[in-house]
Amino acid sequence: MTNNYNPLLEMRNIRKDFFGNQVLTDINFTLNSGEILGLVGENGAGKSTLMKILFGMDIIKETGGYDGDVLIDGKKVEFNTPFDALEAGIGMVHQEFSLIPGFTVSENILLNREPKNPNFASELFGDRLDTLDYDQMEARAEAAIDKMGFSIDRKMIITNLPVGHRQFTEIARELSKEQLKLLILDEPTAVLTEKEAETLLQSIRNMAQNGIAVIFITHRLHEVLDVCDNVLVMRDGYVVKNVPAKETNVAEVTKMMVGRQVDTAASGSARDFSNSRNAMTIKKLWVDMPGETVRNVSLVVKEGEILGIGGLAGQGKLGIPNGVMGLYDAGGEVEFYDEPIPLNNPRKCLDASIAFVSEDRRGVGLLLDESLEWNIVFPAMQVQNRFLKKYLSGWITWRDEKSITNITNHYIEKLAIKCTSSKQKSRELSGGNQQKVCLAKAFSLNPKFLFVSEPTRGIDVGAKALVLDALKKFNRENGVTIVMISSELEELRQICDRIAIVSGGKIAGILPAEEPSEAFGMLMVSQVK
Amino acid sequence: MNEQITSERRMYRGAVQNAIKTFGIPRLIIAAFLLTLFIAAPLVGADFATQLTNTINRFSWNAILVLAMVPMIHSGCGLNFGLPLGIISGLLGGTLSIEFGFTGAMSFFMAIIIATPFAIIFGAAYGWLLNKIKGGEMMIATYVGFSSVSFMCIMWLLLPYKSPNMVWGLSGNGLRTTISVEGFYDKVLANFLQINLGKLSIPLGTLLFFALIAFLMWAFLHTKTGTSMTAVGSNPAFAKAAGVNVDKVRLLSVLLSTWLGAVGILVYQQGFGFIQLYMAPFYMALPAVSAILIGGASVNKASIANVVIGTFLFQGIVTMTPTVMNSMIHMDMSEVIRIIVSNGMILYALTRKMEG
Repeated sequence: MTNNYNPLLEMRNIRKDFFGNQVLTDINFTLNSGEILGLVGENGAGKSTLMKILFGMDIIKETGGYDGDVLIDGKKVEFNTPFDALEAGIGMVHQEFSLIPGFTVSENILLNREPKNPNFASELFGDRLDTLDYDQMEARAEAAIDKMGFSIDRKMIITNLPVGHRQFTEIARELSKEQLKLLILDEPTAVLTEKEAETLLQSIRNMAQNGIAVIFITHRLHEVLDVCDNVLVMRDGYVVKNVPAKETNVAEVTKMMVGRQVDTAASGSARDFSNSRNAMTIKKLWVDMPGETVRNVSLVVKEGEILGIGGLAGQGKLGIPNGVMGLYDAGGEVEFYDEPIPLNNPRKCLDASIAFVSEDRRGVGLLLDESLEWNIVFPAMQVQNRFLKKYLSGWITWRDEKSITNITNHYIEKLAIKCTSSKQKSRELSGGNQQKVCLAKAFSLNPKFLFVSEPTRGIDVGAKALVLDALKKFNRENGVTIVMISSELEELRQICDRIAIVSGGKIAGILPAEEPSEAFGMLMVSQVK
Repeated sequence: MNEQITSERRMYRGAVQNAIKTFGIPRLIIAAFLLTLFIAAPLVGADFATQLTNTINRFSWNAILVLAMVPMIHSGCGLNFGLPLGIISGLLGGTLSIEFGFTGAMSFFMAIIIATPFAIIFGAAYGWLLNKIKGGEMMIATYVGFSSVSFMCIMWLLLPYKSPNMVWGLSGNGLRTTISVEGFYDKVLANFLQINLGKLSIPLGTLLFFALIAFLMWAFLHTKTGTSMTAVGSNPAFAKAAGVNVDKVRLLSVLLSTWLGAVGILVYQQGFGFIQLYMAPFYMALPAVSAILIGGASVNKASIANVVIGTFLFQGIVTMTPTVMNSMIHMDMSEVIRIIVSNGMILYALTRKMEG
């Protein structure tokens, strides 16, 4: 029944505003069956809003709907709920997993669409009491997994699966829907290792060959160019360009996304600190952080340097700062300028003027429902008694709203935080700007030593450059020793002086940042268990 | 041009929707209902000034009990369904003050003083318990409240009270269910600076006392400790990473809530004129909880304005419905409406509880 003259999906003059704030302006594009469209743009460019419109999410309707037309197979449609969209053959894999942890892969794939057998009870009380037909379920789950071209164990329980396989389970779930014509993948490779990402790209190609259209959203540009037929670049709610992937390259796309040249080359400005004082000495550290266990780490951080800690996901690099800062159970010895720091007590680290920017921005890093002011000054207020007015010889400590607003505005300006005012809630900011707030929070403590964990995770190229730059400046201008943990080696090589690679919960080696990537790559896999 | 008008209109519509959202649909409905009652009152022959006096009176009795919700909401312990624990501290304070022979204003002052150590002991145990079961506070709080009331039902009989003003007449031991505070602290606050304008009388003293406590609460939330309390409620992980002792702050909030419950019931008694023992505290948490919710608070955010607005609306309905409804349909609907409003409001708020 597919009409050959009409594209599978056409979006015409889509406009959307949130209370007068224009987020999408005149979006036009078409997508044919079997085509892969890469959707790229900085955070806040409007990608997710566009997909929410396509998928009929409630938020769009609640905020006054949208203008323009969505056409499927040449017919105008308007989805009021995601169910309408599912009905029309649109599937979406979200960034966050929506799987039931205790169920098997097959059960998750066919959830609520299980093949069923009627039985005595269901004859009486309706089909909700049908028994599940497990043989059929396995068969259908298998078919869906085959379609994907990547094999996962159908009988495994989700909790026992590696993260990558969970992602594949989600995709298989969408593929198992027979009416599926269009699949939206929102940053599917963000949690995958490189090997898994490669497999995913291959399976996207397979799907396209089977006639399914795919919209692929990601920050990893080389993947887009690798797998997509067309690339749709968005910026500030406009489509900047829609080009065939063959006719462009990463540099060009990056430039279109941010509207300016982004310097991605390694700086090669690594400095030598071997004669400096020891700022922090870590001996035999173990940290019990789920998924990021640290087994035995000994490490010396020199005063004034930027030390990078890299490694594959799950090898324990994130456990190091979280353990030292007392957020997870830890043991071992940590000395800061020859003074021992007790573990498992965040306050003691803060008192010693060590600050931490957590990788879990929304969970640990921010007070989502409070103003930027609170977010930025809270630790300084609690730990250092700053931004307070004292009355009755210190018995009453009153928030000094004026100095709080001043310092917040100072950081808003310095870090170019995009917001309506210092009173705006941090929840309302985009990922990149939230990260800047987290940095400002750490900066406002005036620390001597700063742990920064995954500062660029999930933020776009432009914001990434600004964040890295701010860190570098903070190190150079204030002489602050920085330990930066990141999964992106290139980013570490860009700003660090030395890079330590963690593998299997131990330090596999420390190399100067100018060493070639291959040397680091070898270290990363050296102790993997 | 046309486009601009639509966009402007949409903006306007958005702003109105936003305003309704911030004010809250339930609050809007209840306020409208109360307004209707005030308008209808003279039509069915009820005297407006008397009605208003009653409403203000009841507001002054209940406001501090509602205020007792605020600290625990701020620290993320949820709605204080364990308010009866605070009330029991207040009852102990009140009865002991009478037992020790204090009279007049002194008995009220001493009641608060005596209630304080009980509030601290009970609150500490209650807070310790709530720190053990983070995430399920409200459920546990409800049962803490209920079981403490039942336990005290036994104690009121067994404790060696001797004052003839309070014990059962025949046996001479065990406290009576209702004890008059006449001659002790009956209306000590209400009669202070009372304003009388014809039929309208305003218990200015009680209102001032509430204003004082509310001001202290407001001020507390502006201090360093108060700020940490709000942050703990907003995101405990953030507060922990910022070096705040989360358990300690939560414990403090429970202590404050419990103490405010104790003071609240004493203020209630001085207005109402009686100490009610045994099962009376059992249901006292629900009206307070629903009042603050009507005032626009949520499970994890509350302000002093929420307390004032909520108490006024809730008590307004409680006072107005009997007179207006009864004269209209000659049937006692007021209790039914009160229960629907209070429980419905709690149910509504719990369904709207934000995740995490």
